[in-house]
Amino acid sequence: MSATSTTEENRAASSAATGRSVWADLFQRLIFALAIKPFMILFIGLRVSGRRHLPEKGPFILYANHSSHLDTVSLLSLFPTRRLRELRPVAAADYFERNRWVSMFSRTFFNTLPIARRDISQTNNPLKGMLSAIESGQALIIFPEGTRGSGESLGAFRSGLSHLVEQAPGIPVVPVALVNMGRSLPKGALIPVPFFCEIRVGEPRVPSGARSEIRRELEGALRNLLEGGR
Amino acid sequence: MSLSAFTELSPVWRMGAILLGVLVLASAITVILRVLQPKRNFSELSARVASWWAMAAVFFGAVAVSDRLALVLLAFLSFWAMKEYVTLLKTRPADHSGLVLTFLAVPIQYYWIWIGWYGMFVIFIPVYVFLILPVRLVLSRETAGFVASASQIQWGLMAFVFGLSHLGFLLVMPPTLDGESNGRALLLFLVFVTEISDVLQYIWGKTFGRRKILPSVSPDKTWEGFLGGIATTVLISIGLRFLTPFTVAETAIVALMTTLAGFGGGAVMSAVKRDFGVKDFGGLIPGHGGMLDRVDSLCYAAPIFFHYVRYFHY
Repeated sequence: MSATSTTEENRAASSAATGRSVWADLFQRLIFALAIKPFMILFIGLRVSGRRHLPEKGPFILYANHSSHLDTVSLLSLFPTRRLRELRPVAAADYFERNRWVSMFSRTFFNTLPIARRDISQTNNPLKGMLSAIESGQALIIFPEGTRGSGESLGAFRSGLSHLVEQAPGIPVVPVALVNMGRSLPKGALIPVPFFCEIRVGEPRVPSGARSEIRRELEGALRNLLEGGR
Repeated sequence: MSLSAFTELSPVWRMGAILLGVLVLASAITVILRVLQPKRNFSELSARVASWWAMAAVFFGAVAVSDRLALVLLAFLSFWAMKEYVTLLKTRPADHSGLVLTFLAVPIQYYWIWIGWYGMFVIFIPVYVFLILPVRLVLSRETAGFVASASQIQWGLMAFVFGLSHLGFLLVMPPTLDGESNGRALLLFLVFVTEISDVLQYIWGKTFGRRKILPSVSPDKTWEGFLGGIATTVLISIGLRFLTPFTVAETAIVALMTTLAGFGGGAVMSAVKRDFGVKDFGGLIPGHGGMLDRVDSLCYAAPIFFHYVRYFHY
């Protein structure tokens, strides 16, 4: 009895944090279980290494290279569907909130955390939302390049990730290399080509020090992973 | 009594019983080897045998249950083989839409088989896709690397979709002229002969192999493996004559043709892997590599066997 009420409370608390209804959670789980996970296994043939490095529970920050709309979907598909509620892909508001349909779609299917990419000021601070999500125990998925690249090389990191890590000290940060996603579904394409895609999860790290050091460490870790290292 | 029960089985189920026997024998040999040579590592062999059990169960299961189910399985086989090949290609961003078309061709090719339209099945990829695919690539307006892309993609379609799909058309062939066999039994004969030939060539080569046959392409292939494996396979195939409409001599000739074609397919795919600089096409089947590492010989054996049977027995 008491166990049930605790999960109920948790659910209520987390739904309050995401501003999502229980129905949206359920809908997202169904879509992942029935469509996205089978698609990743049977169509994309996703190969995963280092799955053991994924933290058992939040809060944590997962960051990856970005070249495709498949990136977020494939990352989310690594987790059991009951954990989708705690996973928040950080999404550019100017793209994923460009109209109410896109907004509803990305919030329902991917549980996005929209942030401002432009006109940043004290009051319009993208870190605020991310920090409060971390405080409520959620995990963030961040693409520090800030946009989708060609998939051939890692772009320069924007400063957001290192700001975030600096202000949320002690939170594990997990580098993830995404391979071939940009070949399967490049920018501008609508239909994916079933190239085998690969996800390499690196060891979680807890960087500290100056922002520039944090940034260098995280960029280096991802670059190593992309080049086939651990 | 058990023998009479065996002969009363339909040819397909008789083949199933033989398959079970062969697998049990393979597992027994693995166990005996482990006991005899406890210091040697047989994990690779065990993985291979375990994978053979799984592959045989899935393939024979599908063929025994329904030809429609088996057709879906074969379509998936072509799709997966094509995936493995295309992933290793150096494709250009401009190839995207052409590749979408390429993968669309897989279900379409198997649809012709599904509805039994032989004329379309046999020209769809060599004629229509061959003509349309380069046009689709041209529409991307990128000429650098065009010939390489167009020809490499078409080559993959010919081998892994067109070639392999002959297994599917065999499956839907009606009883042969003399009424002694049908497509399903012929499919089991072809696949068993091709695969057992691969295995026997490997075993003969491992045991007696001295003289390399294609050292720069597949360093493991030897003349001893090639000759021993093919000779044994031809003998075994005569024992499987109940699946076919062939006479004894004809069975031997067909088996020889099939295994030679299979050897050619295996050698060609080895050269492809060499060119790409990889050892295996993937990691789908433990101990074997990717799907392509297992069906490489079938890409060649299937069309050769199919057209022989269709010409002389239908």
